[in-house]
Amino acid sequence: MPRSHPYRHCCDGSVINFENVTKVYPNQSRPALEGVDISVEKGEFVFLVGSSGAGKSTFLRLVLKEERPTDGRIHVAGKDLARLTNWKVPYLRRRIGCVFQDFRLLPNKNVYQNVAFALEVIGKNRRFIRKVVPEVIDLVGLEGKHDRMPDELSGGEQQRVAMARAFVNRPMILLADEPTGNIDPATSIGIMKVLDRINRTGTTVVMATHDAAIVDSMRKRVIELEYGKVVRDQSRGVYGQAY
Amino acid sequence: MRSQFVFSEIWIGLRRNLTMTMALIVVVAISLSLLGTGFLFVKQVDQARSFWQGKVEMSVYFCIKSSPNPTCEQQGPATEGDKLSLQHELQQMPQVQYAHYVSQTQNYAYFQQEFSNEQSLVENTPNGSIPDSLEVKLKNPEADFNVVYSAVQGAPGVDNIVNEMTILDKFYKLLDGARNAVVIIALILLVAAILLVANTIRLSAFNRRRETAIMRLVGASNFYIQLPFLLEGTITGLIGWAIAAGLIVAVKSLWLDSLEQYFSFNIGLSTGDLIEVIFLSMLIGVVLCGATSFITLRRYLRT
Repeated sequence: MPRSHPYRHCCDGSVINFENVTKVYPNQSRPALEGVDISVEKGEFVFLVGSSGAGKSTFLRLVLKEERPTDGRIHVAGKDLARLTNWKVPYLRRRIGCVFQDFRLLPNKNVYQNVAFALEVIGKNRRFIRKVVPEVIDLVGLEGKHDRMPDELSGGEQQRVAMARAFVNRPMILLADEPTGNIDPATSIGIMKVLDRINRTGTTVVMATHDAAIVDSMRKRVIELEYGKVVRDQSRGVYGQAY
Repeated sequence: MRSQFVFSEIWIGLRRNLTMTMALIVVVAISLSLLGTGFLFVKQVDQARSFWQGKVEMSVYFCIKSSPNPTCEQQGPATEGDKLSLQHELQQMPQVQYAHYVSQTQNYAYFQQEFSNEQSLVENTPNGSIPDSLEVKLKNPEADFNVVYSAVQGAPGVDNIVNEMTILDKFYKLLDGARNAVVIIALILLVAAILLVANTIRLSAFNRRRETAIMRLVGASNFYIQLPFLLEGTITGLIGWAIAAGLIVAVKSLWLDSLEQYFSFNIGLSTGDLIEVIFLSMLIGVVLCGATSFITLRRYLRT
């Protein structure tokens, strides 16, 4: 076949690569993202900051191929998303873990089952699940709480379960959309330690956040979006330098 | 493929909208059993038709001493010559396939056999009171009956001519009418079943929207996401079919078989026919439920 293969590697080690990406939602005149060029290297920890509606969530949705860009090229995990057929999208998502502000746990499953669910639905065998799930639950600091139901856990603990579920399949990239948004500052520190631990295993972490204290304390790369444009891209940055 | 996981998900799905599932099972069961009954009727009519097609279409009875017909009383019983010449004449006609002579003794034996379930009638009918006859098989009964009838009518020694087809026509009309009614009701119910399947699956998709969202997020394949719903629809269809199969067997053994008592001839349906009908209704039930689930899912589980 003459056309290039979707698995072809691009962009010299970057796991997320946006080239001049514009996204305009239907029935909206202002683009959610406009001419965005972002490259995230393997193993990086990136904060995505900006006010509501700046385009952070659109960025994450584009990485997951939940949306298609109006213009520009996106490579994720070495794959050109425009060339990725619909039935291959699930395989892309297996390499991306996701954490959200609202946790999105299944209320009728306990901690262990919630984490195992992510492996069961991609057809992993039971022996593998029995081995891997407890390891990850330990990693996020929930040892001994396998049988708890989500409503018996604090917000911070629920978010740890969500992180365990996102990380259990050892993804290449972890996307976190305001993971500390519903959690008090003291507990947030614990959450950030888990994200840092996950980052140290070589997983690229992209975290959209409003939490200035966290960004300032971590001293990681900061990308700031405003009205859909990148207005700042700074390594070892802080939250609100411009203000 | 984690079959245990898939089945536990299906069980959760079925249990969550139990009332809907039960309604669906009942509608599928009734519509499939009515459809099956329709098929049984079709088969019964076919069977009866092919049975009769091998039979005569016209019976020409001769006058005997006891014939009450005034023509017979006037002419007296048919002579051997009358019988032979009429048989010869019939055999010469291009419309006639054959004309067999049946003696009084033979006809009496047939009579005894046909009315075996009305012993009092048989006992009160002495041997010799049934006339002898010519059994005529026509090449094209629909078109040629009247031609042959007018040729035979009024011939010497002829008592009466029985058109076996008019008797059958009534029987066919009855069966055809019953079959059409059953099939129409079954089709209406099948439409209801399709709508119910669509609704059940939609409800189920709504109930499981959290699970489905997470499955999509962690990269479960579309097949894996849809499978529990498809199987849910198909299993409901199968349970409905199992009930329908019981009802079809009941219809056959309680109703059609008792209907056959009224006919002395053996036109009963075999077990093979019954299995064929049940299998056919299973195919319809499963394909219907499966396909409807699939199409509904396309609409409600977009990626």
